[in-house]
Amino acid sequence: MRTTRYAAAAMAAAAALTLSACGGGGGESGGEGGGAEAGGDTIRIGIKFDQPGLGFDEGDTYTGFDVDVAKYVAGELGFTEEQIEWVEAPSANRENMLSNEQVDMIFATYSITDTRKETVDFAGPYFIAGQDLLVPSDSDITGPEDLDGKNLCSVTGSTSATNIQEEVPGVNLVEQPGYAECVSVMASGAIDAVTTDDIILAGLAANAESGDFKVVGNTFSEERYGVGLPKGSDRCEDINAAIEKMIEEGAWQEALDANLEGVDYEPNAELNPPTPDACA
Amino acid sequence: MEDYLSLLTEYDVLGAFWVNIQLTLWAGLWALLLGTLLALMRISPIASLQWLGAAYVNIFRNTPLTIILAFGFLALFGQLRFSLADDLNLSLFRIAILGLAVYHAAFVCEAIRSGVNTVPLGQAEAARAIGLSFLPSARLIILPQAFRGAIAPLGNVLIALIKNSTVAAAGSVAIETSTVMKEMIEFRSDVIYPIFFTFALGFVILVIPIGLLTTWLSRKLAVAR
Repeated sequence: MRTTRYAAAAMAAAAALTLSACGGGGGESGGEGGGAEAGGDTIRIGIKFDQPGLGFDEGDTYTGFDVDVAKYVAGELGFTEEQIEWVEAPSANRENMLSNEQVDMIFATYSITDTRKETVDFAGPYFIAGQDLLVPSDSDITGPEDLDGKNLCSVTGSTSATNIQEEVPGVNLVEQPGYAECVSVMASGAIDAVTTDDIILAGLAANAESGDFKVVGNTFSEERYGVGLPKGSDRCEDINAAIEKMIEEGAWQEALDANLEGVDYEPNAELNPPTPDACA
Repeated sequence: MEDYLSLLTEYDVLGAFWVNIQLTLWAGLWALLLGTLLALMRISPIASLQWLGAAYVNIFRNTPLTIILAFGFLALFGQLRFSLADDLNLSLFRIAILGLAVYHAAFVCEAIRSGVNTVPLGQAEAARAIGLSFLPSARLIILPQAFRGAIAPLGNVLIALIKNSTVAAAGSVAIETSTVMKEMIEFRSDVIYPIFFTFALGFVILVIPIGLLTTWLSRKLAVAR
């Protein structure tokens, strides 16, 4: 009898804790959001945490080209680096994070597409990438035409994965949760190539510890990386002006060079640096 | 609404569910075989087999399924170049089945062992008294009664297996439901809620009849004592 009563008390305590935890969490995030909107003292920027050379979490600092462009743009909007709150924005969550106003803008290899424009706004593009292949340095694959019957890895449910299946129906596509898994399996020779946007592949090649890889340099799509904004945002014009200034000043080229140091990769020079689209 | 309906013709949702059903059936079959063997080991009179069975159950029951399936892809396939078919996708499909089966075998074993506990000790003693050794008495007397007592927990294992088959995405089974759902959300985030509810509903439709069937069977087949 006594043990039952103790158990019941423990259950009640646990339930109370859970409830209060929920209440506290909700209140806190609500207050934070309100503060950022009202006082304008911080800006929340969504980036990738797992893409070396673009958006990468190195413990307490964030590095990469997306991060550098975000810092510059935030600076032009009147925010110092200390006022930036970096938030992880995985591909599948980006639209939701903007619609729910969990972030103010997103710099996360975010391609501008018509379906996405129905739910979010875009500034930019600030970079134009293309889908490409990463292969071992001694591979003789030179483009999608060599992929028939080969084992190829991409990220589960990604645009790149779907594109390549339409382009080369005979390819054996392996889908993994992240590109790091793809690269580690390619190092052992079980797969022949990894596909996604060239600039992402360049970052992976630069970061590879387990093998020696090269970007093929034969792009077969055009991915216009934009700045994701909540629908109806009034920041688009200012962000475009900031991107144009960054390109003019040469800071854009510097950021690109710094993040691609040591990789044998040149962005498509005909398309880059891009001119931002007109804001809708 | 039209946007959403056009999605269903564009993406093969039924085909994706069919892949999960196939994963479930194959993994369920292997898990049942392996789990029965493990249960036999655990109730056998040989101490080393009891220990081995218990070790297996404790290791696999306490390891997250995601890790087992990621191990299958990254280590077995990725590093050791282990293969179960010449065709890459078939090989990965079978490696995923292997992962699902070794994990769920631990739960099948425990379900059968709980069934064995419903068989009165006198049954085993009677079997021994008429001269049956361990394996014949297990096969003829204990297990037939144990299975009838274990139908409800085995049904629960099957239900868990259906839902867990989506984890096969970690083993790179390409066109199963969670992968197709991710793909649909990546391309059509404007209808994210209808997409999500479609898949949730699909699993509810698959799971509820199994629950009803096993409950009915467990009542109908229970050994009256």
